[in-house]
Amino acid sequence: MIRLLCTVYMNSILADLGITPVKLDNSPKWVMLIHGLVQAGFPSPAEDTCAKRIDLNAVLISHPTATYLLRVRGDSMIEAGIADGDVLIVDRAVKAKHGHIVVAEVDGEFTVKRLFNRAGRIKLQAANPTFPDILFKDGQELKIWGVVIHTIKSFGAKPCLH
Amino acid sequence: MFALVDGNNFYVSCERVFRPDLNGKPVVVLSNNDGCAIARSNEAKALGIKMGAPWFEIRHFEESEGLVALSANFALYGDLSDRVASITAGMGPAHEIYSIDESFVDLAGVPGDLTDRARRVRERILQWVGIPCGVGIGATKTLAKLGNYIAKTAERKPGSYPAKLAQVCNLASLTEAEMQVVFEATPVNEVWGIGRKISAQLNEGGIMTVQDLVKLDPATVRRRWSVVLERTVLELQGTSCISLEDAPPAKQEIACTRSFGHPITELRHVSEAVTEFASRAAEKLRKQRSLAGRILVFIRTSPFRKDDPQYSRSVVVPLRRPTSDTGELVASALMGLRAIYRPGYKLAKAGVMLLELQDSSYEQIELGLEQDNTVDRSKLMTALDVVNQRFGKGTLHMASAGMAGDKRVWSMKQERRTPGYTTKFADILVVKA
Repeated sequence: MIRLLCTVYMNSILADLGITPVKLDNSPKWVMLIHGLVQAGFPSPAEDTCAKRIDLNAVLISHPTATYLLRVRGDSMIEAGIADGDVLIVDRAVKAKHGHIVVAEVDGEFTVKRLFNRAGRIKLQAANPTFPDILFKDGQELKIWGVVIHTIKSFGAKPCLH
Repeated sequence: MFALVDGNNFYVSCERVFRPDLNGKPVVVLSNNDGCAIARSNEAKALGIKMGAPWFEIRHFEESEGLVALSANFALYGDLSDRVASITAGMGPAHEIYSIDESFVDLAGVPGDLTDRARRVRERILQWVGIPCGVGIGATKTLAKLGNYIAKTAERKPGSYPAKLAQVCNLASLTEAEMQVVFEATPVNEVWGIGRKISAQLNEGGIMTVQDLVKLDPATVRRRWSVVLERTVLELQGTSCISLEDAPPAKQEIACTRSFGHPITELRHVSEAVTEFASRAAEKLRKQRSLAGRILVFIRTSPFRKDDPQYSRSVVVPLRRPTSDTGELVASALMGLRAIYRPGYKLAKAGVMLLELQDSSYEQIELGLEQDNTVDRSKLMTALDVVNQRFGKGTLHMASAGMAGDKRVWSMKQERRTPGYTTKFADILVVKA
């Protein structure tokens, strides 16, 4: 009430002076906020490239929800570059084809071998002449768990264990 | 239209992903402390093992039937659950994680044959993660859930439902006559939200099957039973009343309770346990940005050891003001513990519950009637949570929790736990070359 009276009084004074008050818009407004520091001196020449450091996960893994790490025990794949103690990156989203290195289930155990699938014959081959092929009898089903897409070999330095 | 995707015997299925030798065998996963069965393979169900069966009652199957019992490996289940959920999310525009093994998907606007799409998603989860799922589709969440039950039952018990409904059951694709057959074959207690008490009441009134329930007039249901049951009936009739929840609502109370690996009698050991439980609860409290007004502590002996003197007591300690500070919560919990502890009992279980939770953004200001010496330690608490998240649970803990990990006298029995195949590098699966 007091404010209203003041306004009326002020308006009459302003009118006497020949000034017309302009009504202010007091509704909320969006204000653009320019955020960030402005620095003097030379700008970094790398600022505009927006490059991110290479992420090994992104490079090596195309299906994160389908990818698992497994550790190798044994020498049967030595000639394919897979040695005892290596870590395999296995992608279960990849459909196994002839020539792929796969993790397969044989007699309730997992084994890593090369898949042979030609002319209606399916077998698992080792990459080491001292290991025989694994053949499947009629009615015996080959269960492929996933396809090996990379092998991690560590030289000297132990990989971080947590 | 909604879908419900649910992993079959989820914990057991998770174990089988890395243990193919468990396929075809009866398997159970035991609760914390290897107390009772919380997941059962179909073979274990066929032995008549009930959900929640105490281990000592089913132990004889180990020898006679080759039953394999495993301690719960929640790190593994959590990771595989995330993988399943992220594939499920691709099924429709919106997605709600309902529990560790169940997700609802909103199928609004999804083109094409939904049954086909569901089969493809199911295949992908099986191939990519290795978990067999059941999918139910319906016009409402209640119908989707019912469809899921039918999809699973049709697979597990051939002949119970038409074979085409196994694995994926799209109720919306059925004719009215087919729907009636399915509803008549389903007992009313299998409907989402109908508990034991209500289903007993319904059965008394002659309502035995879903078909009996769906025929009722919703208004009558409300008058005779409740608004909740009316909503269920409406949902079964195809009127959607329950929408997808984006974020789970903040919990009204937070509990951390556990049985001990061995019975304990000494106050200092119980104090360690209560400290640990209060700390865990405080962590959860801060995660949902709440404060607790009161804290309950309880201790009890084992009801299974009938020859031991029995003791069970709880106490509620009001906090001076609502807080989420681990130190204050632990101090109050220990104060409560000292009030209820009596020497000479073999204690089997203890627990802490945080009550009167409120949003931490509201702060109650009080009159300065007494000297207030409390320091704001919210930064310390944030640091505590960040360190524990980064370096593992329990990296930083209250000194009164005693030695960490397995060195504790009271720590849980988890003798049968499989490795953290996907969460710990030292534990990854070994494959023969």
